[in-house]
Amino acid sequence: MKIGYYPGCSLHATAKEFDLSTRAVCAAVGLELVEIEDWNCCGASAAHAISDDLAVGLAGRNLALAAQQGLDAVLAPCAACFGRLKYAAQHLAADGAELPAGLDARAAAGVRVHNILDALLHLAGLERIREAASKPLAGLRPAAYYGCLLVRPPQVAEFDDPENPTSMEQILGAVGAEPVEWYHRLECCGASLAVTNTPSAVRLVAEILGAAKAAGADCVAVACPMCQTNLDTRQAAAAARLGETLDLPIVYITELLGLAFGITPNRLGLGRHIVDAMRLARSS
Amino acid sequence: MRRVGVFVCWCGSNIAKTVDVAKVVAEAAKLPGVVYATDYKYMCSEPGQKMIQAAIQEHHLDAVVVSSCSPTLHESTFQRCIADAGLNPYVFQMANIREQCSWVHSDRDLATAKALDQTAIAVGTATKGRPLARSEVPITKRALVIGAGIAGIQAALDLAEAGYPVTVVERQPSIGGRMAQFDKTFPTMDCAACILTPKMVDAAKHPNITLLTWSEVEKVAGYVGNFEVAIRKRARSVNAEKCIGCGVCEEKCPSKVTSEFDAGLGTRKAIFRPFPQAVPNVPVIDRDHCRHFQTGKCGVCAKVCPAEAVDYDQGDELLSERFGAIVVATGCDLYDPARMTEYGGGRFADIITGAQFERLVNVGGPTEGHIVRLSDHQAPKTVVFIQCVGSRDDTKGYPYCSKVCCMYTAKHATLVKEKLPGCEVYVFYMDIRAAGKGYEEFVRRAQEDLGVKYLRGRVSRIYPAGDQLRVKGADSLAGVAVEIDADLVVLATALRARDDVAAVARMLNIQTDQYGFFTEAHPKLRPVENIFAGIYLAGACQYPRDIPDTVAAASAVAGKVCGLFARDSILSEAKISEVNAARCSGCLTCKEICPYDAIEAEIITDRITREERTVAKVNEAVCQGCGACVAACRAAALNLRGFTDEQILAGMEALCRE
Repeated sequence: MKIGYYPGCSLHATAKEFDLSTRAVCAAVGLELVEIEDWNCCGASAAHAISDDLAVGLAGRNLALAAQQGLDAVLAPCAACFGRLKYAAQHLAADGAELPAGLDARAAAGVRVHNILDALLHLAGLERIREAASKPLAGLRPAAYYGCLLVRPPQVAEFDDPENPTSMEQILGAVGAEPVEWYHRLECCGASLAVTNTPSAVRLVAEILGAAKAAGADCVAVACPMCQTNLDTRQAAAAARLGETLDLPIVYITELLGLAFGITPNRLGLGRHIVDAMRLARSS
Repeated sequence: MRRVGVFVCWCGSNIAKTVDVAKVVAEAAKLPGVVYATDYKYMCSEPGQKMIQAAIQEHHLDAVVVSSCSPTLHESTFQRCIADAGLNPYVFQMANIREQCSWVHSDRDLATAKALDQTAIAVGTATKGRPLARSEVPITKRALVIGAGIAGIQAALDLAEAGYPVTVVERQPSIGGRMAQFDKTFPTMDCAACILTPKMVDAAKHPNITLLTWSEVEKVAGYVGNFEVAIRKRARSVNAEKCIGCGVCEEKCPSKVTSEFDAGLGTRKAIFRPFPQAVPNVPVIDRDHCRHFQTGKCGVCAKVCPAEAVDYDQGDELLSERFGAIVVATGCDLYDPARMTEYGGGRFADIITGAQFERLVNVGGPTEGHIVRLSDHQAPKTVVFIQCVGSRDDTKGYPYCSKVCCMYTAKHATLVKEKLPGCEVYVFYMDIRAAGKGYEEFVRRAQEDLGVKYLRGRVSRIYPAGDQLRVKGADSLAGVAVEIDADLVVLATALRARDDVAAVARMLNIQTDQYGFFTEAHPKLRPVENIFAGIYLAGACQYPRDIPDTVAAASAVAGKVCGLFARDSILSEAKISEVNAARCSGCLTCKEICPYDAIEAEIITDRITREERTVAKVNEAVCQGCGACVAACRAAALNLRGFTDEQILAGMEALCRE
């Protein structure tokens, strides 16, 4: 199945490993990713706080381009990109909605937007994932962490239960991992305060990672570049605050799937994390 | 053609401000059939009515049109007025130029033109009007009460005491309803059973009351004074005459089933009385869970019964009875907390609902009244109550205030403090709504004397932390986030309409609001009547109500029914349908469609062919004039008196005048 691919800024830079692992894993489960040509910023973090027109316009242009390029669905692995694109598609579906520069708002509104969990669960399917798992992650106990934007706001995300999601656990379970039961899966990681109010961000990271550790997790699985960066870079400070060792690799769910699929760690970018994640490859 | 008089009302400035009344009068006077037209400031006032009566005499009017307000308000006023002047009250038409014109328009010229059109339609209709008569229909002075909670019991007792026979139909094996599940009642802390069970016994013993438990109303036809009702008495599988209520069968029955009465906390047997004080004190067999009925392999209850009362072959019994009035007291259901996934959605044993807490704290409940956690049966040291779960929440529940939860939560908090004095008790609330006699004082006592800590704010999430539950919420008065590690969390879930309310509403031909609660005829002035005459509403089937409100409504209903039964007969409708037999093909589509069962087949001899054929016949005492048959008749053989095709066409012609 052919599907448009919107990497967004993160997956071309700090979250390169999310890009690498997403491409590798999607190929393994029969999803052919076609990167949208000439894509632009989705507007997350700045545009929607300033102007709704700008927010819808920026994200909407990407959807209109996808439609022009013959793509009726788009995968946006970054949780923030996913939210912005989906919001734009919903708003462009309203009567009389327009896009600037001669872009076709109606066609843009018709493009379906998927996050990575949605694509794996509903486009590839658990059966496909199970079949591809040549090296199941038996014994691995990841803590599935959703953060805020994958499932919320529910009227935008329209995906999973916003208070008790299960999609990540289903996917990880399909490749033999044993996700721990814990209750900080949806807490705010504080990424938006990471620079402006670092102590608050560290407090939130400490709560989340402390809970994951207490639940017996040996790594944290994420699907959002902001969560990954924040939980990884602030982990040392969080451990100091808690006065305990955390040492939890923060990995994208696609990296774990890649390992289960027998893809080499280098092709997944597993060595690009601050808290060492290569040990997951050695143990699996 | 009739001699029509037109009377245009100013309604003070209500109409005159927007409509040029003088112009309407001048133009109306030129309409065909109009022999007199005038206006007055308040046509409904005594001088106004005298003016109409004088004009009838002076101008020999035999039809009257009043252009004023809604017929709902004053049609009967003017009908009485012209009747006093010697006219038949049905040669009267009303044009609503207030609600439907002056109040909703601002352009004076357009509004005046519309008022004239409305008046012209009424005049046209009046020119083809005929005098109509009403007949007397006797009233069956027996009442049916649907539902035997405190509302149904109270209404039945009041009616029975007034001397009228009452049949009470209850779907559960016992009467008592929700109140029987409660432990104490606010604000007096009376034991619910102590004040309810005597009433249950009174109802059972009263010579004027027939209790039909484990029964359902299946069909309702007819109209005020004469409802034909089909009731299914489900097979109890126990002979009520023989049963001595010893309870041995329940003791020996091997099948355990989750107890509905204990709100899912305890178990009952497949042969059971929901609670020991059940009325009647006769068990039923729940055939879906009975080994005998499911596998054919058990028969213990029949073997141990000393009275040989168990009867596996008993079948349903169908009763058909006639009642003059129907009291709907079907109660309510509760919001399902499984929808609140942020509170665990039912996954955590130590998060329970208020209804479950009632059973937990009740001596007759599964823990014999000990307040304990369900996970480990230890007494809690910290209890958190959360109000407004599913109410005042248009995202996950209902926008309305569930009304009773502030009070029952204060009661629960009080009970915890009384039974476990050292226990910390917190209540998360949005607002405290304690409007009622002694209510505010009751909440203040919990707060000030008993030390229950009230926190104004919502709870965002609850999750297990060790063997406790971490409750994360906001204290919006202090402006801080709070975290409480609780041993037990109680959710004050909203009252909501029953799941099967749509089917019940269809059966009774009554309306519900957007939430499924039954609607009253008028929210302020006719609060316990339905718009469908002869049907009355009591209790929480209307909206969330506590016990005092419910009992008041039930007694109000009884008063209304007594008012109806004080008469021997009622006047039938005058505006009813009639059949033109010459046009009727006898297809009887009208019979199928009639909601009142007012149409029957009749064999007549055709006037031309002299052959016998079937035609429809309207039972004039039963027809309520809804007009459904008229619209359905393909041969235009049916006509509605007062709304005949000729009248409607005359009205249209008047509207399309040059």
